[in-house]
Amino acid sequence: MSPVPALSLSKITVTFVAGDAAGKAYTAVDSTTLNVDAGEFVSVVGPTGCGKSTLLNIAAGLLEASAGDVQVLGRPLTGINRDAGYMFQSDALLPWLSAFDNVALGLRYRGIDEAVVRERVEEWLARVGLQAHAGRYPHQLSGGMKKRVALAQMLILDPKILLMDEPFSALDIQTRQLMENELLELWSADRKSVVFITHDLEEAIALSDRVVVLSAGPATRPIGEFTIDLPRPRDVAEIRMTPRFVQLHTEIWHAMKNEVLKGYAQSQHA
Amino acid sequence: MKQVTPKAGRAARPRARLAMYHTLLLGSVFAFWYLMTEPLLWSEEAARNTAFFFGKPIVVLQKTWDWFASGRIYEHLLVTLIETLLAFVIGTVGGLGVGLWLALSPTASALADPYIKAMNAMPRVILAPIFAVWFGLGILSKVALGVTLVFFIVFFNVYQGVKEVSPVVLNNARMLGASSRQLLRTVYVPSAMSWVFSSLHTSVGMAFVGAVVGEYLGSSRGVGYLILQAEGAFDINTVFAGILVLTAFALALDGLVSFAERRLLVWRPAQGETEKL
Repeated sequence: MSPVPALSLSKITVTFVAGDAAGKAYTAVDSTTLNVDAGEFVSVVGPTGCGKSTLLNIAAGLLEASAGDVQVLGRPLTGINRDAGYMFQSDALLPWLSAFDNVALGLRYRGIDEAVVRERVEEWLARVGLQAHAGRYPHQLSGGMKKRVALAQMLILDPKILLMDEPFSALDIQTRQLMENELLELWSADRKSVVFITHDLEEAIALSDRVVVLSAGPATRPIGEFTIDLPRPRDVAEIRMTPRFVQLHTEIWHAMKNEVLKGYAQSQHA
Repeated sequence: MKQVTPKAGRAARPRARLAMYHTLLLGSVFAFWYLMTEPLLWSEEAARNTAFFFGKPIVVLQKTWDWFASGRIYEHLLVTLIETLLAFVIGTVGGLGVGLWLALSPTASALADPYIKAMNAMPRVILAPIFAVWFGLGILSKVALGVTLVFFIVFFNVYQGVKEVSPVVLNNARMLGASSRQLLRTVYVPSAMSWVFSSLHTSVGMAFVGAVVGEYLGSSRGVGYLILQAEGAFDINTVFAGILVLTAFALALDGLVSFAERRLLVWRPAQGETEKL
């Protein structure tokens, strides 16, 4: 473990004020601590509606915690997290910009010379295999292509920390495994720190170095942490067949099961 | 490519047929009008009475032709078009600016809300005489009336457009490092634009209404003035000729808006759109 974690959330509590019922506050996240080391791939799994995205928004600086402390590369976070790239669950591309302009967006925001922008965008479009579709608008791209554009849009800025909120959950299983492998390949090139939110345990194990299991909401907190000692490089489709994967899956699922049932029961009564 | 061509041909045929039906419908209206105002189907007196109230199509077309042939209309048409365009541009830019400002500033919005509602609810045509007093009988008073009509249409659409910006897209732009100016330029304005364009079709018509009603209430030039003069002399044919000219130009302006819309909003998915290879 390196002395300074890339991202450190300590004792984060998030309480939302319920708009209609005065005085009735909803605690989404309760006193959660999560550290991510430099170059570490951490997945956060938990039942639906457990506040996983809330936690990620805190790390991104899009949301302010009610209590607790966020440190990025050893410095306290104020405002938007400039060291992080964020990949959203739903379509976040700007629909009025072509694939090329979407990828170029971050660089243009930074006022980088247009010739440099063009060169780097073309390089990134090639890396995600979309050179032929540079001029297309998001509505003309398939779900997998849109995710690739979003990935390039985030990675072109070379963020030190990647925050990913169920980025592939809307894709079909084949496209999803392709994208997961692509992500691992891109990630292994220059080992960034990753926080990967998912509800899919298999995806979490296949991708990560460490899996953090959250309890069912409200007042989510981590209830278990598992180190994934599967060898890299991995192929997400093949690694699922290995005995060690199955063993880890059983172990983590055992820890999760009660929480999933609890979350399900709550959603039934809500 | 070979297989595509007959398809394109088939697609072109219904369009041509529709254009034919359009022409046919217009032709039958004129034919009906003609038959009712000539002593062919009924008595001469009945035809004369009808012609008194509705004019004669041949004479109306003749008047219109004379206006353009003699060049007498250009001066008036130019004035009306300038008023319309000025009202349209000023109203649109104003609506866009104020709409963006209020949508992005909750305090200003909360403060202005009741006044905006009141001003929108007010029957604004009634302001025309007041504008005539303030701005005189020239172009300005008509532009002012048109602006009050156009402004609110655009304003409400921009306001709505900004409010409906996807929060995910907004957060994405923020995470990519957009400053508030850059957010405005790359997220809010483009998002509001698709709303604005749908309002511009209505706005063009309203700008025309402002110009013509303004002229009608007091002016010395413009198509509205021509119509008023003709009405004073019970020259119903000239009134209809004026209406014909105004309609044609309103349609042309609407076509221009559609053209700009198609060029600027290419990113918008069309229903059932397939790409032609």
